[in-house]
Amino acid sequence: MTTEELKALKSDKVVDARSMACPGPLLAAKKAIGDVDEGQIMEILSSDEGTKSDIPKWCRKQEFEYLGSIDEDGIYRLFLKK
Amino acid sequence: MANELEAQVQLLEAQLKKLQKNQPKDQLSIIVFSGDLDKVLAAMIIATGARAMDMEVKMFFTFWGTAMLRDKNKSPKGKDFMSKMFGFMLPKGSTKLKLSKLNMCGMGTAMLKDLMKKKNVASLEDLIATAAEFGVEICICEMSMNLMGFKKEEMIDYPNLSYVGVGTYLSDADESKIQLFI
Repeated sequence: MTTEELKALKSDKVVDARSMACPGPLLAAKKAIGDVDEGQIMEILSSDEGTKSDIPKWCRKQEFEYLGSIDEDGIYRLFLKK
Repeated sequence: MANELEAQVQLLEAQLKKLQKNQPKDQLSIIVFSGDLDKVLAAMIIATGARAMDMEVKMFFTFWGTAMLRDKNKSPKGKDFMSKMFGFMLPKGSTKLKLSKLNMCGMGTAMLKDLMKKKNVASLEDLIATAAEFGVEICICEMSMNLMGFKKEEMIDYPNLSYVGVGTYLSDADESKIQLFI
């Protein structure tokens, strides 16, 4: 997805993992995904650059669809579809 | 010809069954041998991360690693002299561990802990609590407990904790996709 498409997305759930260090964002995502229904979109906010590599891999393992990420002044917004 | 084919299919089915049985599970086994703060931090981060990836996680604590699981608030009675000495010399719980490098009489460890707080890195105590919440299994080597004179009454309260021998580790490691020794 392009940045514009991602920006236009309506997230059903937003996980704020800003200021968390590894493995915080991953654990926060895991905790939150239980509240998300299949087909819904979850957004993860992180200031940890490693999250940008971790979440796509986590999605692949869990068989979620990783949609992409937007960088906004050191905050990464990562989108996935369950 | 038909008989031959049938025999081949049967052979393949048997082999497939054997392969399926021997296939490792989506499981991670970690031996925590070290009692160094930096090394056990790495072990706990990997363990909790693996639970987020939905892997089964088994941690085996042995030798110096076991001291980390002592509860600083518990003082068991009835220890012999050597056990008391060992108990006194080894760290009493996770807060008392030291770095493997740059400890500098504790100054390095204190600096790192301060830095971890500033950079929002979870402390070892936080990670143990997270591991409990996420269902990381902890196995403690019975032999190490005996050797160091630790009693079960002085270990931390943890939901998924058991005392095992090397056979348990080997059987679990045999079924694991990933095995680590830290």
